[in-house]
Amino acid sequence: MVPRDPNLVLPDNEDEIFYLGQETNINMGKTLTGGDIACEALLNEGVDIVFGLPGGAILPLYGVLSRYPQLRHVLVRHEQGAAHAADGYARASGRVGVAFATSGPGATNLITGLATAMMDSVPIVAITGQVGRAAIGSDAFQETDITGATLPVTKHNYLVTRVEDVGPTVHEAFHIARTGRPGPVLIDIPKDVMQEEGTYDYERDRQIKLPGYRIPTTAPEDQIDAAVKLINEAERPVFLAGHGVIISRAFDKLKELAEKAQIPVVTTLLGISGFPENHPLHVGFPGMHGEAYASLALDDSDLIISAGSRFDDRIVGNVNEFATRSKKIHIDIDPAEINKSVQVDAAVVGNLKHVLGQMIPKAERKSRPEWIRHVEQLKTDHPSLHIPETGNLSGQHVVRGLSNITKGNAIICTGVGQHQMWAAQHYKFTQPNSWLCSGGLGTMGYEVPSAIGAQMAMPEALVWSICGDGGFQMTMMELATAVENRLPVKYAILNNNHLGMITQWQELFYMGDTQADAYTANPDFVKLAEAFGMKGMRVEEIDDVESAIEEANAHPGPVIVDFVIEKVEHVYPMIPAGGSIQDLMEDTRV
Amino acid sequence: MTTESKFEARTVTALVEDRPGVLARIAGLCRRRGLNIASLAVGRSEQAGLSRLTFVLEGPPGVVNQCAAQLERLVNVIDATDITNKNHIWRELALVKVGTSTDTRVEVLELSRVFRANVIDIGVDSVTLELTGGREKIDSMITLLDRFGIKEVMRTGRVAVLRGTLFEGEEDGQFQSSRKWANGLPHEYHVTPGVSGSV
Ligand SMILES: Cc1ncc(C[n+]2csc(CCOP(=O)(O)OP(=O)(O)O)c2C)c(N)n1
Repeated sequence: MVPRDPNLVLPDNEDEIFYLGQETNINMGKTLTGGDIACEALLNEGVDIVFGLPGGAILPLYGVLSRYPQLRHVLVRHEQGAAHAADGYARASGRVGVAFATSGPGATNLITGLATAMMDSVPIVAITGQVGRAAIGSDAFQETDITGATLPVTKHNYLVTRVEDVGPTVHEAFHIARTGRPGPVLIDIPKDVMQEEGTYDYERDRQIKLPGYRIPTTAPEDQIDAAVKLINEAERPVFLAGHGVIISRAFDKLKELAEKAQIPVVTTLLGISGFPENHPLHVGFPGMHGEAYASLALDDSDLIISAGSRFDDRIVGNVNEFATRSKKIHIDIDPAEINKSVQVDAAVVGNLKHVLGQMIPKAERKSRPEWIRHVEQLKTDHPSLHIPETGNLSGQHVVRGLSNITKGNAIICTGVGQHQMWAAQHYKFTQPNSWLCSGGLGTMGYEVPSAIGAQMAMPEALVWSICGDGGFQMTMMELATAVENRLPVKYAILNNNHLGMITQWQELFYMGDTQADAYTANPDFVKLAEAFGMKGMRVEEIDDVESAIEEANAHPGPVIVDFVIEKVEHVYPMIPAGGSIQDLMEDTRV
Repeated sequence: MTTESKFEARTVTALVEDRPGVLARIAGLCRRRGLNIASLAVGRSEQAGLSRLTFVLEGPPGVVNQCAAQLERLVNVIDATDITNKNHIWRELALVKVGTSTDTRVEVLELSRVFRANVIDIGVDSVTLELTGGREKIDSMITLLDRFGIKEVMRTGRVAVLRGTLFEGEEDGQFQSSRKWANGLPHEYHVTPGVSGSV
């Protein structure tokens, strides 16, 4: 999948604002309300879709929306859905996702979605209504200090107290959300500021003065030289390619450098789809539930080149025992990530796409037959993707079927848990940026609304959401949003009647004391689909998986397929939290 | 906290936007990373609209070493520098109100002269002294005044600046002993690296 318009990918972090929109300066100089000004600024930022749900404090903004038909408002059923849909829209398109919510409970409902976006560096701008300025701080009806509450889960936030600040704040928020290390930005606008009259002027309001905000682009040559020297000297180098590859659209550069210097590529969980899985240098993803050979490749290497990854604890485990024989290069756009968990031998701060571009001419062309053969041998010796054949349908069968039928070309969203790990392991992604999951925060319920956002961003794409029956029930009210907006999203519920990952942890680490892990009264998901006006299907046999997927694909509208899978099954391989490669557990049935 | 013994202190200076909420962002960041703000001084800087902060942060070494980089992530922070291992000078200020009687007043005033403290207020039964210096100096004067009966102590946080360079073309804050005076440094320039960090 490629973004629908090549100009609409994230900017190359130019210092100047990235102009995306239709300039709508027709209202320039006219007297407008704060709400109008916000809409004008959104249009100039190229916004076409807003996910939201109104309430008293934001009604002045909703009150003028009808004047801006280019801004399509998608009414969600819960504000968490708005934030996740904006997130899915942003990840799939590379553009900033936008969510609206009212003050108080509307705003607090956004928080999980903002935190999810913050952890995974996803650009979102959320606009919330606030009580009138005179009432702020008085515990007025539906008043929450949302800028205070979202301080740790936003890249930046604003409380706008003057109508003349509305336009500049919206432009500044977009600039911050999508540049550098992207992230969510929240703008809280009091009701009376939205009603007050002011003027909007694109040229005037887009002037951004942020003396403390720097956007790394290329890296200093000495950093590049030090890193390239390590690469040229290494015998067993490996890439650890993270979400940064996708965010900075560095796919081609990564491939070029990996091929030139013959460096195998391990991707992180969020780096999946940043490097084609049918490429001979592709290794898999490492860490807690990654393929054993990917973790072993890191451990056997003499140089790890972390490219847009942050040495997350689910990859590193025990810091002291992580890849002890290898040197480390850390390429990151955020200097605060350097040496945060793993101490590195060379740090390169810059935008990954530029940095790899700087490295390519300096890196020596190599062939490393022995090392490549060793990595291939690891794959043979540790067949992490084997499906234990019990005769019963399992989650792996479903993902394998999806991968086969869609030929690795679909956009895949997931929730959090076993189904997510099976999806990451068994789906063979061939298209860049086609994998959407909550890697950092691990937010169950992400699967339903994020797929809506992704489908809205990519109307032509085939979007499959692989859901846990637990996570699905956290946000399933958004199915109504999918139906209402005629989105043909396909939901595959890997229904094990359990909080599967919890059962697994309880069995492995809490002496089998399984508490609160099972759902004994799940709804009938086929009837549920029908109640929402969707097509519903149920699959219980391995042999029916692929035909059901084909039938769902052929259906023009949204579909739920209830895959009734093995009730209790563990995800392997596994390295327990805080463990090391010594603690690797592989499936003994294989 | 039981781990406090393993805490390390760093002196950090920062230039920040002078507007509401900035300190809350900084404090929030410190709290999130488990850093204790041992002292904090804020004031307007030489540049309009910008304030300068000096703080002493305490935390586990791996976290506190990263504090300047983390602070720089905040949009309203123009820059942040960990000056602990740089050549810098720092001062604190203390106002000490000491109880006095006609018998002891002379002795208190005598002490204040030795410490080069200013007498800023005299009441019937008290004298208030203003003292500037490093922490040790202030600590020892407070200890000496203690027997007269201290009524109130008010101390500011530390404020710090990098030492100016002695040689053209070099940056402020470097230790310059090694370069020109390899065989011994005039006494007044002698600074021990890291000492100021050991709060
Ligand atoms: C909002 C939220 N609450 C709790 C958790 C903890 N948690 C992690 S995985 C999991 C079980 C998920 O169950 P399900 O969605 O059915 O997926 P499965 O593991 O069965 O595939 C839970 C409860 C979480 N990640 N997110």
